Amino acid sequence: MNRLAVELPGLSLKNPIMPASGCFGFGKEYGNLYDLSQLGAIMIKATTLEPRFGNPTPRVAETAAGMLNAIGLQNPGLASVLQDELPRLAEIDVPIIANVAGSEVADYVQVAEAISQAPNVQALELNISCPNVKCGGIAFGTDPVLAGELTAAVKAVSSVPVYVKLSPNVADITVIAQAVEAAGADGLTMINTLVGMRLDRKTGKPVIANRTGGLSGPAVKPVAIRMIHEVSRAVGIPIIGMGGVTDTGDVIDFLSAGASAVAVGTANFVNPFVCPEIIRELPAALDEIGAATAAELIGRSHRV
Amino acid sequence: MILQDKMVIRSKRQLADRIMEMELEGELAAEITSPGQFVHIRVTDTYEPLLRRPISIASYDRDRRRMTIIFRAEGRGTQILAEKAVGISVDVLGPLGNGFPSGQPKPGETVLLVGGGIGVPPLYQLSKELTAAGVRVVHVLGFQTASAVFYEQEFSALGETRIVTADGTAGEKGFVTDSLRAHPVDFSVYYTCGPTPMLSAVQEAYAGKPGYLSFEQRMGCGIGACFACVCETKETDSRPYVKVCSDGPVFPAGVVAI
Repeated sequence: MNRLAVELPGLSLKNPIMPASGCFGFGKEYGNLYDLSQLGAIMIKATTLEPRFGNPTPRVAETAAGMLNAIGLQNPGLASVLQDELPRLAEIDVPIIANVAGSEVADYVQVAEAISQAPNVQALELNISCPNVKCGGIAFGTDPVLAGELTAAVKAVSSVPVYVKLSPNVADITVIAQAVEAAGADGLTMINTLVGMRLDRKTGKPVIANRTGGLSGPAVKPVAIRMIHEVSRAVGIPIIGMGGVTDTGDVIDFLSAGASAVAVGTANFVNPFVCPEIIRELPAALDEIGAATAAELIGRSHRV
Repeated sequence: MILQDKMVIRSKRQLADRIMEMELEGELAAEITSPGQFVHIRVTDTYEPLLRRPISIASYDRDRRRMTIIFRAEGRGTQILAEKAVGISVDVLGPLGNGFPSGQPKPGETVLLVGGGIGVPPLYQLSKELTAAGVRVVHVLGFQTASAVFYEQEFSALGETRIVTADGTAGEKGFVTDSLRAHPVDFSVYYTCGPTPMLSAVQEAYAGKPGYLSFEQRMGCGIGACFACVCETKETDSRPYVKVCSDGPVFPAGVVAI
């Protein structure tokens, strides 16, 4: 029996660990460091219809136990992802979750329809929560009506299950979660980054050229845990949890809060081998708390 | 090959105001392929500070598994690194990026190396390799003030070395480009590393000449995955951008839009 295996719509994962979108590119760089087939899945970088250059630099700034980023969804565009990135990843035995972004509903639909047909794409992650782009992104993620409409439109064309990535930058995240569930979402991924700002102490100006950026890293973990805990009670669809995951202890916390799998983001920058290390160390961490499987921990916090 | 190595600090010394030199030993040093590459150092095991620090490699000895890094202990991360004791190990990821191609000039040719501040260190190994190959090197090194000057003797041992300070407290007063205008150098290729305005001024002064520029940009991952350190290029067709960490940090003159 594989103690680490978890089942989600479209995803039979050998373990619940995957790199989060935006922190892993299209896998090429990390693939030079270790065998990517060890991973439960890979959430590839957001793909838009046309290539995007992204925001001006500086795009990152360090904060207490975290970092701000405003990359701005830089990516080579749908055609290049279909032609170059996904076929390269198809040589590796690892499921791909394709993150789909756009400026308007039609963009999302076109990208979702095409990318969901790639043979190794087993699920979509609908990006309605990027805080660093002017059009699309978070505009869809903070309005339950728009979020529901976009989810339904993408569901109608996708040939694989659709997970919606939720923004923490809302008053009540359960409202958005319920809206996208009602619109047909197969699952949720959460949380995206929290909008933040850091000022240069000498000049008083924002450090990041975009002025604001998305806060990630260990600093946001308590927010993520709280929101996953709330949302997992409010919906019946599974959650892939993320936000400050750096070790096996964090993975146990996220599963306990209600996540069915866990994505690792910023920690990849701190330790590029963090994902395989967590996967290797997870059985011992389960032993330590007397758990037979990772799956039995899912939603444990609601049962005590 | 990129390694994550626990490198042992074999020596350290302060070279100038806030400028530290550290010699590190480990297998990673054997993997360095060219001068101008850098390493990404994790300065604590905790979350604070969280990110690694990109530090340039000043010199290396692959056979002895040793490399020397020089950095400015300015922010908290580099201050923590500077305080580490000789004999302990640090978490180093590298070697990263593509460095200077030192093989191009022919023996007997003269090349120009222009450095500014903390951009000076990567030029040292380059100069060592060029002089070992019989190339004549001229160094023009710019600093803010006399107390910031370092490696004057080391560079002087390899070739003509001019020190330029912004306030005139050491060497010539002004910027490196002022010195180059006042005392022109006849050279075949230039190599430069330092603040972007300096790179821009040098590239402009020698438009049409072959040269290599080493860039600095805020980084996330250091290996090309996060897209934090991208620069626009002048080639707008197939390559609209480059990543400083993995495509650079060294680029031929004219590639990066500055």
